Amino acid sequence: MKEKILYGYAGIFNTADDVIKAAKKVKSNGYEKFDVHTPYPVHGMPKAMSLKPSKLGYFALIFGLTGALSALLLTYWISAYDYPLVIGGKPFFSFPAYIPVIFEVTVLSASIATVITMLFIFFKFPNNAHPLNDTDYMKKVSSDKYGIVILASDEKFEESSVEQFFKSVNASEIFPIYFDIEELNANPKILEPKFLLFLLLAGIITSGATYFTLNKLLYMVPFNWMMEQPKLNPQQKSSIFSDGFGMRMPVEGTVARNYLPYAYKNQPEEAEKYLVNPLPVNKSILELGQKKYDIYCSPCHGYYGEGDSRLRGQFPNPPSLHSEKVRTWPDGRIFHVITEGQNIMPSYSTQLTVDERWAIIHYIRALQRSLNAKETDLK
Amino acid sequence: MSAVDYTQELSVIEGKPALRELDDLISKPLETKPDKKFYIALSITLSMLALFVIGLGLTFYYGIGTWGNNTPVGWGFGIVNFVFWVGIGHAGTLISAILFLFRQKWRTGIARFAEGMTIFAVMTAAIFPLIHTGRPWLAGYLFPYPNQHSVWVNFMSPLLWDVFAVSTYFTVSLIFWYVGLIPDLATLRERTSNKIKKIIYSIFSLGWRFSNRHWQHYEMVYLILAGFATPLVLSVHTIVSFDFAVSIMPGWHTTIFPPYFVAGAVFSGFAMVQNVLIFIRKIFNYEKIITIDTLEKMNKIILVTGSMVGYAYAMEFFIAWYSGIQAEQFTFINRAFGPYAWAYWIMVSCNVLSPQLFWFKKIRRSIPVMFVIAVLVNIGMWFERFVIVVTSLSRDYLPSSWGHFTPTIVDYMILIGSFGFFFTWILLFTKALPVVSIAEVKAVVEGSQPSHHNIE
Repeated sequence: MKEKILYGYAGIFNTADDVIKAAKKVKSNGYEKFDVHTPYPVHGMPKAMSLKPSKLGYFALIFGLTGALSALLLTYWISAYDYPLVIGGKPFFSFPAYIPVIFEVTVLSASIATVITMLFIFFKFPNNAHPLNDTDYMKKVSSDKYGIVILASDEKFEESSVEQFFKSVNASEIFPIYFDIEELNANPKILEPKFLLFLLLAGIITSGATYFTLNKLLYMVPFNWMMEQPKLNPQQKSSIFSDGFGMRMPVEGTVARNYLPYAYKNQPEEAEKYLVNPLPVNKSILELGQKKYDIYCSPCHGYYGEGDSRLRGQFPNPPSLHSEKVRTWPDGRIFHVITEGQNIMPSYSTQLTVDERWAIIHYIRALQRSLNAKETDLK
Repeated sequence: MSAVDYTQELSVIEGKPALRELDDLISKPLETKPDKKFYIALSITLSMLALFVIGLGLTFYYGIGTWGNNTPVGWGFGIVNFVFWVGIGHAGTLISAILFLFRQKWRTGIARFAEGMTIFAVMTAAIFPLIHTGRPWLAGYLFPYPNQHSVWVNFMSPLLWDVFAVSTYFTVSLIFWYVGLIPDLATLRERTSNKIKKIIYSIFSLGWRFSNRHWQHYEMVYLILAGFATPLVLSVHTIVSFDFAVSIMPGWHTTIFPPYFVAGAVFSGFAMVQNVLIFIRKIFNYEKIITIDTLEKMNKIILVTGSMVGYAYAMEFFIAWYSGIQAEQFTFINRAFGPYAWAYWIMVSCNVLSPQLFWFKKIRRSIPVMFVIAVLVNIGMWFERFVIVVTSLSRDYLPSSWGHFTPTIVDYMILIGSFGFFFTWILLFTKALPVVSIAEVKAVVEGSQPSHHNIE
């Protein structure tokens, strides 16, 4: 059996009074490396052990100030520099409105950082391998006993004298505490198969879950960014209306914006009388007229208005636009025919705007003149 | 009447239990298998929780059109429940932090449980603003983080303040709770004979070894945390009240809101703590730790905060009249005599009248009566939030855009379900962790601290 390595000597006490008296004496007897263990904080113990007051308060102050300053800078940078938006007519940097956020960040950072500093820097936790853990001593002082340990590493430490000292302060039990040899020799290996397997599994689960979330889950109902919505698209069926159509006709008498209803419906004589071509005759108007005439009129009337349709007899050819009748019609009458249609000719009011119709009429006049030119035109 | 000796402080723990007995008593629920009653209670809360899940599922799938919210009442049950649950949480921090700063020793028996309740209540509360957005999985946008849209949050919005307040409150409460748990987890680690439990306790107690070199820092940090948590808890419900007060709705736009909300929060929170503790002390035989004196003191706080709330109700009416603003005056008359008058009078009778019974010592110390009063207080406080949210929104400045709010079945499912969620956590908590702080209770047992001449 290997030699045991001594950690220290422990004395157990039954009351708080005993342990606080003993703690004072440990100090006055010149021991430096010792510790007192009690199941709850005993009043006056720090003084009895001559401990300096905890400095954690200063840490909390620094962390809190850091948090407050960072929050102040963040709100300033975001609202006044990186993303300046006028909200409610307030200045970009509206300090009073930022106080709540700055306060919360202060409390949050100070609390978290102070606790982390205490646990992981001051106490060097987690530390389950400490020699005192997993001992009978710990079982006692965690419940209803009070204990003092004087460490073997103390300069004045001598087994017999420490034992003698504990007896003199009425310790109810005195016993040595040894290092756990196994724990001391334990050498945790990183490349252990179990650990590697754990790493591998953790990696697969994390990456799989991330892939699933970003590439699959966000495309499922109801997470799919409102791609599926209970609404009607144009031309869709609907069970709401009795005719089964999703789209509705406008209410009768509805007039679209910028649309003037035709005033001389079925009244060609009135149209003839009152309608006057408002457009001037110039090159651009004639070009517009030609363009529209070629698109909409020429298939039946022919490019020159002679009634020579390109439709090869599928429709009866219209009469020539060069007839006496058409030539003597006022512009208003031709406008009426284009707007309302005549015989087999349909209305072109949906294809041609009012101005386009008048432009076409100018163009027809030009065509008519080209075939029936007077002598004066040659001058 | 027996004479009271005021020269000596009475111990907050009845009798003089040995420290070992306290260990046994407090850790007993963790070391024994749950009994039939526990399973019955758990099955009830789990059924309520199922309602919650179904209600949320319907909400997520079909959208919040399944709720009764409408225009103009866009907030409805979602915000009523949020404010209610955040309020419940406030008692925990008040007990653990503010009473700690005031050196109220009677808090030791109830602090751990109240802190746990805070955490569960804030968890329940935090669900509501998220589901009220309709798309809770996009909640990440609530935090200011550098994103591909190059868009930042609006730091002037009370709703954003809420995000910071509630998340800070939850985190700090959790840290406070955990720091308090570390020594108890170490005690449990030493007690347990179960291998798996030992590993879990070892991990979470971090190797705590009751060293007085540690206790010294630990007490300092506990004090610092209490110091931080105190203004924090006041700020949280203040900010929740800003959600209302910063707007210009009649009945909301008042400076009395922050103190009025904080008092109301403490009021409802204490009622909830008292309700649950009555069961816990009975079931787990904690009568000596959570004494009738402690319950009486809690009832006194309920009486004080209840009177503050009653004062706020009266003052709201007075200011509405005194301000001379017609819309404001109408809102309050509408609250008391309008279509939601029933809710208003439930609120007044439960919150203002019922706690006044606590002026009588007999009632303060009678468990059945105090239980009923605390239940009434909770009902009343829920209706207070309902009255604030719904009456103001349903009838504001423009009579042509008035509306009426009628909750739907999904609203009720989520309301009942939120209680299921909360109480499921409470039940699991009672079986998983010590509901009373072992170390703190030991420190206040008579004779546990050295006598005065030894401290000097």
